[in-house]
Amino acid sequence: MSWLSRITAGLTKSAANVTEGIKQAIGIAAKLDDATLEALEEALIAADTSLPVAQALLKDLKKAKLPDPLTQEALKQALADLIAARLQPLAQPLSFPASPTVILVAGVNGAGKTTTIGKLAAQWAAQGKHVVVAAADTFRAAAVAQLKVWTDRADASTKKGSVSIVPPAKEGADSASVAYAALEKAQNEHADIVLIDTAGRLANRADLLAELPKLNRALQKQDATAPHHTLLVLDATLGQSTLPQVAEFHKQIPLTGLIVTKLDGTAKAGFLLALAAQPNPLPVVAIGVGESLDDLGPFEPSAFAAALVGIDSAK
Amino acid sequence: MLEFIQEKLGKALSSLTGKGLLTEADVDTALRELRVSLLEADVALPAIKHLMATVRERAVGEAVLRGANPGQQVVKIVYDALVELLGAETPLELKAAPPAVILMCGLQGGGKTTTSGKLAKWLKDTQKKTVMLASLDVYRPAAIEQLAILAEKTGALSFSHDSMDVMVRAKAAMAEAKKLSVDVLIVDTAGRLAIDEALMAELVAVREVIKPTASLLVADGQTGQVAVDVAKAFHDKTPLTGLVLTRMDGDARGGAALSMRFITGVPILFLGMGEQVGALEAFRPEGLAGRILGQGDVVALVGKLQAAAASEDGARLEEKLMSGKSMDMTDLKKQMLMMKKMGGMTGMLDLLPGMGALKNKIDPSKVDDKVIVRQIAVIDSMTAAERKNPSLLNAKRRIRIAKGCGLTVHDVNKVVKMHEQMNQMTKMMRSGQLQKMMGKMK
Ligand SMILES: Nc1nc2c(ncn2[C@@H]2O[C@H](COP(=O)(O)OP(=O)(O)OP(=O)(O)O)[C@@H](O)[C@H]2O)c(=O)[nH]1
Ligand SMILES: Nc1nc2c(ncn2[C@@H]2O[C@H](COP(=O)(O)OP(=O)(O)OP(=O)(O)O)[C@@H](O)[C@H]2O)c(=O)[nH]1
Ligand SMILES: [Mg+2]
Ligand SMILES: [Mg+2]
Repeated sequence: MSWLSRITAGLTKSAANVTEGIKQAIGIAAKLDDATLEALEEALIAADTSLPVAQALLKDLKKAKLPDPLTQEALKQALADLIAARLQPLAQPLSFPASPTVILVAGVNGAGKTTTIGKLAAQWAAQGKHVVVAAADTFRAAAVAQLKVWTDRADASTKKGSVSIVPPAKEGADSASVAYAALEKAQNEHADIVLIDTAGRLANRADLLAELPKLNRALQKQDATAPHHTLLVLDATLGQSTLPQVAEFHKQIPLTGLIVTKLDGTAKAGFLLALAAQPNPLPVVAIGVGESLDDLGPFEPSAFAAALVGIDSAK
Repeated sequence: MLEFIQEKLGKALSSLTGKGLLTEADVDTALRELRVSLLEADVALPAIKHLMATVRERAVGEAVLRGANPGQQVVKIVYDALVELLGAETPLELKAAPPAVILMCGLQGGGKTTTSGKLAKWLKDTQKKTVMLASLDVYRPAAIEQLAILAEKTGALSFSHDSMDVMVRAKAAMAEAKKLSVDVLIVDTAGRLAIDEALMAELVAVREVIKPTASLLVADGQTGQVAVDVAKAFHDKTPLTGLVLTRMDGDARGGAALSMRFITGVPILFLGMGEQVGALEAFRPEGLAGRILGQGDVVALVGKLQAAAASEDGARLEEKLMSGKSMDMTDLKKQMLMMKKMGGMTGMLDLLPGMGALKNKIDPSKVDDKVIVRQIAVIDSMTAAERKNPSLLNAKRRIRIAKGCGLTVHDVNKVVKMHEQMNQMTKMMRSGQLQKMMGKMK
C-alpha cells in the first residue's frame, strides 16, 4: 500500500463521523436548511474543527453555489473544497538553505518526534543525502536507544545516502552539548542535514521550553544561522489545546513548520483549520501515517479535506 | 480564554438576575455559552448533549437561591452534573489470587510505559505490594529497555525474556510472576490504533492468557473529540476496568476524561501529573469538574452560598425573615458572620464571572472585609437589651458603644443605619416589592 492510500484509508475511516453527520443532514429534503447546517456543524466539531471555524465554513457554504437538486456528494465536495482552500497555504515543502541544514525537532511528550526523525532521515538518505542525527533527548528512559534503532534502520534502508547518530558523550550530558557535537561532526564530514531530537515537553513548562533557546545558542557558536528550521510535531489525536500549544512553543523558539503525526488513526486533526486561520500560518511540512520507516508523506490539502468530509478516495 | 468564557457566561447569566424561578429560556441561554466552553475543553459532543439534557431538566423551575445570582446557580447545577458524570473516586481493584495482573493498553504514545512505572511505585510505596513489570511491546524500538529502566528506578522486579513473540512473553511473564510469588504483575503493551484489527486481536489473545484483574486504558488528557471513539473501541474489544489520563500537568482542560468516562462508564482511577515516576494522582471528580468547566471559582462561591444558606443560622434567619418579625442586631451580626465566612464581599466579587463592571460601581471601602469585622465589633459592644431593641440607641448610648469598641460614633451610626435598611428590605421582600424593584434595575 502506498503512503498516499494509507492516509486516505485512515482518513476515510476517521471521517465516518462526518459522513454520518452529512448523511443525516441531507435526509430526504436534500437542502441546506437549519437542521442540515446544525448537523454539519456537529460533524465538523467531531473532527476537532474549532467551533468558530466550523461556523465560518458553514457561512461560506451557504454562500457557495450548490447544484439543485442537492446531492450528498455535491454537498461533501463543496465543503471539502472550502476546507482545502483554507489549508492550501500550509502546503509547503521544507527548504535546505545551508549545508549542513540544521533542523531542530520539538514537541510535547509522545507526539512522535523520535519516530518522525527516523522517517525523515530515511527519506532524505534515499535521496542521497548524508544525515547526522543528534540524540539530544538526554532525559527520557531509553530515548537514545530508541533513536539509535531508528537511525540504524534508516541507514540500512538505502545505499544512496547515509544516516549516523551522535549520542550523548556521557550519561547525563546536557542536550546542548549533544547538539553542538552533532553539528561539529556534520561540518567535519560535509554532511547535508543535521536533525536534532529533543525531549518531549509540555507547553506550560516555561522552564523546559527555555532550554530550547539555550540549545540554539550552542549551535550558533558554530553556525550563526542555525537552526535553519524548527519543527513542532503535533499529535493528530489532540484537540483544541493545540492552538495555545503552538503559540507557546513559537514564543520560545520561532517555529518554521509543523509535522502532524498519527493521521493513520481515527483522528481528524481539524484543528489545522484554526491554525491556518492565524496570521502567517506555519506550513505543514510532512505528515505521519504509521509506525514504519516509510510512513511519512507530504501534506496535501485536497486529499486531507476530501478524507475529512468522507469523500471516498476509491472514486 | 478562560476569562473570555467567564465574561461571556457572566453576560448570559446576568440576564437571569432578579427572577424567582429559572425559566426554560433562561437556562437555554446559559447552556449555549456552556456548550461553547465545553467544546473548548475538548468534551466530546455526545457527552455535552447528555450533560445539557440533564442540566435543563434539573434547572428549569428551580427556585433561585437567595444571595446567588440565578446564573451562577445554573453553573452550580452544571458542575454537580459534571461531578456525577465523572463518577466517584474509585480505588484500583486488585482482589485476586496473587498475582493480581494489571493490563495497560492504549493508543501510541499515550503514556502506558511511564504509567506502568508510576503504578509500580505507587503499589510499592502506598500498598506495600511486591511488583513485577513485564513488557509485551516487541514493536516500538527500545520499549522493553524503557520499562526495564523504570523497573530499576522504582525497585520493581523486571521481567526479561529472549523471545520477541508477544504470546510467548505473556505466558512466561505469568509463570515468572507466580514462581516469584509477586503480589502484582503489571503488563505493558505496545501502543495500537483502535482500528488496527490485527493488533486489537492480539490484545484480546493476551487478555485470555494473563486474565487481568484490572485492564487500564491509558490516554493523553489532551485528546480531542476522538476520545469517545477510542475509548469505546478499546472497551468493546477488551473490557476495561479503569481509565488513566496522562499529561494532566499540562494546561489542557482535559475534557477527554469526561468523554471517555461517559462513553464507557468505566471509572477514572488516576491522573498522570508529570514525567517522574512519582507523578501519579488519584482521581478526584470535584477538581477535574472545575477544571473542565473552567469555572472552578464560581462553583466554589455557589457552594459556599448554599452551605451558608443551609447552615442553622441561615435557616433560622430565613424563618424569622418569613415570619414577619423584625430583625434585631443579633440577626444583623449573624448575617455579617455568614458573609465573612464566604470570604467577604471582595472575595465574592472576585469569584463571580462578569462582575468586573459591578466592582467598579461599588465603593470598595463599603465592602471591605475589615469593615465587616468593625461592624461586628460595634454590635458586640452593645448591651443585650440594645441588641434586642435597637430603638434604645440614643446619642449617649452610641458614644458609649463607640468608646467600648475603639471606633467613632460615625461607625456606630452606620451599623444602626444598616439595621434599618435590613428591616426595610425584609419588609419589601415579604411584600414582593423587592423582586419588582430588581426586575426594573436590570
Ligand atoms: N500510528 C502512528 N503512530 C505513530 C506515528 N508517529 C509516531 N507514532 C508512535 O507514537 C509513539 C510515540 O512516538 P515517539 O517517536 O517516541 O514520540 P516522541 O515525541 O519522541 O516521544 P517523547 O520523546 O517521549 O516525548 C510511538 O509508539 C510511535 O511508534 C504515526 O504517524 N502513526
Ligand atoms: N508531562 C507528562 N509527560 C508524561 C506523562 N505520562 C507520560 N509522559 C511522557 O509521555 C511520553 C510518552 O510516554 P510513554 O510512557 O513512552 O508512552 P507509551 O504509551 O508507552 O508509548 P508507546 O509505547 O509508544 O505507545 C514520554 O515522554 C513520557 O515521559 C505525564 O503525566 N505528564
Ligand atoms: Mg522522543
Ligand atoms: Mg510504551
